[in-house]
Amino acid sequence: MDFASLVFYSFAAILLLSGLRVVTAKNPVHAALALVLAFFTAAAIWLLLEAEFLAITLVLVYVGAVMVLFIFVVMMLDINIEEMRQGFWDYLPIAGLVAGLMAVEMVIVLSGDRFGLSAPAPAPDGFSNTRQLGLLLYTDYVYAFELAAVILLVAIVAAIALTLRRRPNRKVVDVGWQVRQTAEGRIRMVNLKPQKPEYKEEDDE
Amino acid sequence: MIPPLSDFIIALPEIALLLVACLVLLIEAYTQSRQGAYLAAVFGLLLTGLLVVYTGTPETQGAFNGLYVNDAMGALLKLLACFAAIVAVIYSRQYLADRGMLGGDYLGLLLFAVLGMLVMISAAHFLSLYLGLELLSLSLYAMVAMRRDDVRSSEAAMKYFVLGALASGLLLYGMSLLYGLAGSLELGAVAETVRTGARSEMVLVFALVFVLAGLGFKLGAAPFHMWLPDVYHGAPTAVTLFIGSAPKLAAFAFVMRLLVDGLQPAYGDWQQMLAVMAVASLAIGNLAAIMQTNIKRMLAYSTISHMGFLLLGVMSASLAGYSAAMYYAVTYVLMSLGGFGMVVYLSRAGVEAEELDDYKGLNARHPWLAAVMAMFMLSMAGLPPFVGFYAKLTVLQALVGAGWIWLAVVAVFFSLVGAYYYLRVVKIMYFDAPAAADTIPASHAGDARILLSANGLAVLLLGILPQPLMTLCAYSVQMSLR
Repeated sequence: MDFASLVFYSFAAILLLSGLRVVTAKNPVHAALALVLAFFTAAAIWLLLEAEFLAITLVLVYVGAVMVLFIFVVMMLDINIEEMRQGFWDYLPIAGLVAGLMAVEMVIVLSGDRFGLSAPAPAPDGFSNTRQLGLLLYTDYVYAFELAAVILLVAIVAAIALTLRRRPNRKVVDVGWQVRQTAEGRIRMVNLKPQKPEYKEEDDE
Repeated sequence: MIPPLSDFIIALPEIALLLVACLVLLIEAYTQSRQGAYLAAVFGLLLTGLLVVYTGTPETQGAFNGLYVNDAMGALLKLLACFAAIVAVIYSRQYLADRGMLGGDYLGLLLFAVLGMLVMISAAHFLSLYLGLELLSLSLYAMVAMRRDDVRSSEAAMKYFVLGALASGLLLYGMSLLYGLAGSLELGAVAETVRTGARSEMVLVFALVFVLAGLGFKLGAAPFHMWLPDVYHGAPTAVTLFIGSAPKLAAFAFVMRLLVDGLQPAYGDWQQMLAVMAVASLAIGNLAAIMQTNIKRMLAYSTISHMGFLLLGVMSASLAGYSAAMYYAVTYVLMSLGGFGMVVYLSRAGVEAEELDDYKGLNARHPWLAAVMAMFMLSMAGLPPFVGFYAKLTVLQALVGAGWIWLAVVAVFFSLVGAYYYLRVVKIMYFDAPAAADTIPASHAGDARILLSANGLAVLLLGILPQPLMTLCAYSVQMSLR
């Protein structure tokens, strides 16, 4: 076994273990952190395949942005994951059986050389993965690229349509209104004449 | 290679629809005019339909480096999808306005969904096929969830989203295996690899299972149908109307592109899987619909059984079978538009006419509406002289022609079972006494009323003169087969 396969197998093992942790962790923060580890190791495996751009994007976008947001949300919301996982053990036998069966089938089908693939030739010196991607995205795949952009637009529209609601009793601060206020509008000078307080003669007892 | 300008001209309908969808979002933001957004959406869809006619050719044209294909079947399906979307929007205008949902966000999402359908219909590549599917599905998830304060509709959206994501995952896994076999994502190249048979048969069948499971989810065919009744029931009726109509054309195109354009040489393998799915859909759809008291749920189960019929047409794996399936899809959309359109039309502010009891004695109050509804129900049941009869007949002819006589017998048997619950609606409308309180008040959306009547008459007229549409479907399928 050469060094590259050793690296691959160790990263693959970490990836599988952390993936398992995501599903089984009791604490949602631990699950999110395990997911970060899974993304990191996946990025490392992509680096082994010389897909540097994808690897760095995975780290930047998923680990850097998405997961941080995710952990924020998990920490803000008090999620009781045990409650959500009711019935987990009840369904485990049948689900495990199905999953095991599928895993065995997949091993039978995918092990062995049924795809007739050969290892790609090593890239020449100075080959830039990123440059090649850039060249393809806006030429050969411009249609798919634009469609992906439209899907993102739909996601934005959907998120806004589902969360932006005008509720009448919401206590929201209108900054523009606050800034427009002047001293004249807020303070009223009243000239009060000095007067004696009136005591009412009342018999409470 | 940068795509030449002619490629963009071929894709004019999609480009125009995208621009209109963005325009609809902006119109409401800038002018606060909901009516303006509505008119822009309707005329935008009309423009798209005209552009489909303008760009449509009988020959097959590829564009965008094999990501896009423009052929006769695609053009016809796109035109009908635009038409179905227009009809759905007009039917649901009053319903949406009553509930404060008629706005740029709803209409914009609807237009994006139609765009997704067009992309799916003219896909020649796994990538465009999948992206179109996701565009359609994401817009539909959001539309189902639109009524945020309604528990049922949130639940429906959640189920739809989770199961839809699962189905996409299965589909992608199957596609990735096929990519591993063919070394290309182009449907034509995949078909070529399968034809030469140089690759492992085992992996091909394994990939087919995943692809068909994903397809089954998206179509709503049993045993992957669990989401469908809940989503149809929980979604706002206007959204149910939309989901039940135009996307079925896109789903048919999806099946045709994937199984016929991409995997036709492996038809021996997918035929058996489709047969199982079709029989299960016919059985579950028709038997479960009998027990429903909610008309939306009942029509959802009827959708499952109709999808079974559609799959029967495709699984005959012959020209006659494909054109029968296409004819079935087109006529089903026509009937589904009418059926759900009537449910939407009879609903008023605060009143949902979705229980079967709401239709008691409809004839006494609105004789014409009851007659139109009866036409839709009889047509769905497959009674002559309505169009549903000819749709079922052509599928059965194709099945018998391909030598699947036992399947034809099963299909006829379950159609007979299904006739019961359609006829029950007719019986409720005509022979049951109206409920004491007039649960369905008089309606006032004139345009929807005229269109519904036209829809009902079309179901009758196409049943009396089925030949032109059937010829058109057969011609377009024949021209598109490679």
